[in-house]
Amino acid sequence: MTALQAVLLILVGAGGLAVAATRDPVRQALVASLFGLLLGALFFAFQAPDVALSQIVVGSLALPAMILLAIARTRARAAADRQREEPSE
Amino acid sequence: MSFLPYAVAAWLFLVGVWGIVTSRNLIHLVVCVTVVQASTYIVLLGIGYRTDAAAPIFADIPTSTPTVDPVVQALTLTDVVVEATVVALLLALAIQAERRFGTLDPNELGALRG
Amino acid sequence: MTPRARLAVFALAAVGLAALLVWGLAGLPRFGDYEGRYGRIIARDTVPQRKATDAVGVTTFDYRGIDTLGEEFILLVSVVGVMALLRAHREETDESRARAQELERIRKAPLPSESLTLLGQTLAPIVLVLGIYVVAHGHLTPGGGFQGGVVLAAALLVLYLTTGRTAFRRLRAVAAFEAVEALGALGYALIGVGGLIAGAQFLHNFIPHGHSGLLTGGTVPLANVSVGFAVAGAIATLLSEMLDQDLLRSRGGR
Repeated sequence: MTALQAVLLILVGAGGLAVAATRDPVRQALVASLFGLLLGALFFAFQAPDVALSQIVVGSLALPAMILLAIARTRARAAADRQREEPSE
Repeated sequence: MSFLPYAVAAWLFLVGVWGIVTSRNLIHLVVCVTVVQASTYIVLLGIGYRTDAAAPIFADIPTSTPTVDPVVQALTLTDVVVEATVVALLLALAIQAERRFGTLDPNELGALRG
Repeated sequence: MTPRARLAVFALAAVGLAALLVWGLAGLPRFGDYEGRYGRIIARDTVPQRKATDAVGVTTFDYRGIDTLGEEFILLVSVVGVMALLRAHREETDESRARAQELERIRKAPLPSESLTLLGQTLAPIVLVLGIYVVAHGHLTPGGGFQGGVVLAAALLVLYLTTGRTAFRRLRAVAAFEAVEALGALGYALIGVGGLIAGAQFLHNFIPHGHSGLLTGGTVPLANVSVGFAVAGAIATLLSEMLDQDLLRSRGGR
């Protein structure tokens, strides 16, 4: 258990708490991407470069992209519904 | 001190489930599921770790060097990518729920019956 | 159940769960004292048997290839699920007006600035080559089909985000991505069947192993390439479905 691993583990624990505690989805996507990066660094410290590469690529790229796109989809539909309910001009 | 990885994994699990239970937004809920997934990765990698051992890539080290366990790494790396697509499936469910119920609040789902 | 009551029940349950987790995890061997024989045998035998130096990649696609086949089909099924969920409503009539409004809004949206377009068009080929490199060298250095596939999908995403008009406007890009993903999954299954045809069990490594360099490892590089296709196609399909328009179609017909 090196000092680097201990520090990264504590940072990952704090990062997980930050992800769960951030309520706004847009901000949470950014915090989740940082959490993914921290997790990738932890996997490097555990002598697992393959897993770290996987985690960095997925957790900092694919996952936030999907979250932001899902938010955009729901907002677009909500905006379209609001437009439909307003009196048309 | 050597229990720290497992302690952090248990902490992440509980924090993720707390986030799911107290969530007011379906998309926030789905991202908390990824925190729970992270705890399982840490347990898997923690099991296979050997002190002062190298990574299991023999491109530049002699093949007799002690390395960490490659099997748990193989399991974890496929898991990371595949669970991202499962999260995408959950997000699609959230989009559909928002379309059907008009709200992303889990407390208000199911209140409107057709 | 009110939220406060739910939180109280959760607090009780969390204490119990924490106790069980700590008790269970404390029974594991000490961190750093891994003594498993399977892992040591694999680490010892990877280079002599398969001549490939990435033990994790060889474990994923050769020694534990059946697990990877299962994971790849989880990928396939979740992409099918996303497509089924997000396409089911496209035929409804009141969605067509929302879609027309969305396309109108996109048509009026400003194009990305020229510097952004230049950056994207310079970056996308570099990321593409990086993705191909990661996929091809998966059996020698850290990398492989899973990681490289996501990087390839990222190249497409960069191209989409930074260019307002592309040369692919007439292509039905989503269909192409789905075909690529299906091809990747099929390729992996066929490699397994190839083992059967060669007279041994399913997923047997039947191609002769080389001596060193890029063409070693038997079926492992082929499996890497097919998984790379599958993952790249899957992520591109997912992002494309979520965007509600084809990833490479230019915005709003401009």
